[in-house]
Amino acid sequence: MNAVVEVKDLSVRFATDHGEVAAVDQASFDVREGEILGLVGESGSGKSVTATAILRLIRKPGRLAHGSIMLGGRDLCQLREDELQHIRGTEIAMISQTPRTALNPLITVGQHVARLFALHAGLSKAESRRRAIDMLALVGIPEPARRARQYAHQFSGGMCQRVMIAMALATSPRLLIADEPTTGLDVSTAARILDLLRELGPRTGASILLITHDLGVVASTCQRVAVMHAGQIVEVAPVRSLFHHPAHPYTRALVRSIPRIDREITMEPIPGAVPSLLNVPAGCRYAGRCPWVEDRCRRLKPVLRSVAPGHSVACFAVEDGRVAAV
Amino acid sequence: MSPLCEVDDIKVHFALRGSAAWLRALKDGKPAVVRAVDGVSISIDPGSMLGLVGESGCGKSTVARALVRLVRPTAGSIRFDGTELTSLSDDEFNKIRPNLQMVFQDPAASLNPRLSVRRVVEEPIKLHTELSAAERRERAEAVLEEVGLGADLADRYPHELSGGQCQRVNIARALVTNPRLIVLDEPTSALDVSLRARVILLLEELRQRHGLSYLFISHDLASVRYLASRVAVMYLGVIVEEASRAELFDHPAHPYTRALLAAVPVPDPDAKRDPFVLSGEIPSPIDIPTGCRLRTRCPLAQPVCAEPVPIREVAPGHFAACHLV
Repeated sequence: MNAVVEVKDLSVRFATDHGEVAAVDQASFDVREGEILGLVGESGSGKSVTATAILRLIRKPGRLAHGSIMLGGRDLCQLREDELQHIRGTEIAMISQTPRTALNPLITVGQHVARLFALHAGLSKAESRRRAIDMLALVGIPEPARRARQYAHQFSGGMCQRVMIAMALATSPRLLIADEPTTGLDVSTAARILDLLRELGPRTGASILLITHDLGVVASTCQRVAVMHAGQIVEVAPVRSLFHHPAHPYTRALVRSIPRIDREITMEPIPGAVPSLLNVPAGCRYAGRCPWVEDRCRRLKPVLRSVAPGHSVACFAVEDGRVAAV
Repeated sequence: MSPLCEVDDIKVHFALRGSAAWLRALKDGKPAVVRAVDGVSISIDPGSMLGLVGESGCGKSTVARALVRLVRPTAGSIRFDGTELTSLSDDEFNKIRPNLQMVFQDPAASLNPRLSVRRVVEEPIKLHTELSAAERRERAEAVLEEVGLGADLADRYPHELSGGQCQRVNIARALVTNPRLIVLDEPTSALDVSLRARVILLLEELRQRHGLSYLFISHDLASVRYLASRVAVMYLGVIVEEASRAELFDHPAHPYTRALLAAVPVPDPDAKRDPFVLSGEIPSPIDIPTGCRLRTRCPLAQPVCAEPVPIREVAPGHFAACHLV
């Protein structure tokens, strides 16, 4: 399958009072045509910074230090701001975890969507409005013509997120970045937002990069998963391999650390905490928490190596066979 | 075993104010009232944990707040350890408070930013006991130790702590008066995956060690399954189902419970999903449907559902409020 976006060796660095830190450290992954790729990890693992970097919206004191982001034959890292402005919205769209604050309280919900058609497709006012109502209907907003005349405060959290999805998909982007799209929503509302993404992604031709810390969301929504820890991608795998044969010590710990609704389990929290980026080893950043750590892990950086078709892991212990691979 | 805490048919109603309420009252011929909690009965046995689950707006936090008198119930009774709480004066209630503590949802926002961790934890001892400064200090440090915070954190301020550490301080503050019941209002929902696991295990350990009882309010059904001995499901101000943990999760009787469980994403890509979903959104607690409150959203709704539906025992120890069960 073709990659829609290919991120290679991406490093994002932030200047702090105590020196520069790499919030994203040589991350490589791709999002393929028609798929939903999950990007998972704890808070502070660099998931959202990665998303911001793909949109080229890293602002000072941060900088995109290294790497390439290929989209349709162009490297986003090399483009000028005016070229990027065109790509944002038309080729890459994003929905955030705070849909209500992302909507302008002073204009109607319908105008939010209609503006995109006027701006990006050059449609007339009446035509934009008609298309906006179609989009609102597509994302499951009841009575779209009436609701289009209302404002964000008249919408529930779940409905605001539907409006965000309508806006994101209005310009038929190739990539939709969904950053924790269901955090803060009730379970049943969240389930329906995920259903909507699963259904509309393929229908509108958008591939989805789904950022989440909820492994349940990953299992029920994504085809492939990239696991991130302290700015490093430690494992990339098809969703079934990841859950049935997690290889990286971090992924194993993550899978065992969640309470489950479907069965009674013994839960084991992940040892230690995400390390401060000011104080990470030069090598694997999981070294300080890993039960299989050896001297080499702290000095050298393991790279992603294939352990099964489509499944790669960055871990010396897996490479050496000290931890049984897949 | 007699229950430690028995809540009987409590109601918490809020009167609406302002011009919209006035117009509504004019139209309906009666004052507009938000029926946040509309007849809830629960009981908590000593040493056990009752999970109270439901979506936002169902009234579960209001039940918690009524229990610790952050709101006064409009009607109903709350018996705690043999004492009727609703008729107590504030002074009398304050004497009970050490036994009845609460942990709030937002770990950082529920700590005073100007008090050090030590002072936060010492405050309840100062209010409720006659201990000397040295004894207070010793007690606070012992409790901080117990929740996994070292003495080096005692002089820090909330902004210097992580979310998980803040929640441990909140738990320490609740624990320091040796309570019998702790009301936990969504204690894990603001926490990250790995922290959530640790807070859950800490709560379980404390319960076993001190014989504590908990009322655990959450929409995180997986955590409830891990911790609770009994579970009550709340919808639009009333309890629609109550059963033991195993019974509720394995044999949900009420359509609302079934839909709630079906909506939780399972961390297993091969899991079969129950396609049972409710339509629409939770109605406003001002305009509560007559009869079964779920009938406007329930895919199984029948004409009979417009009739009032009391909660009744559908299997031993398993209660549900549904005409169709």
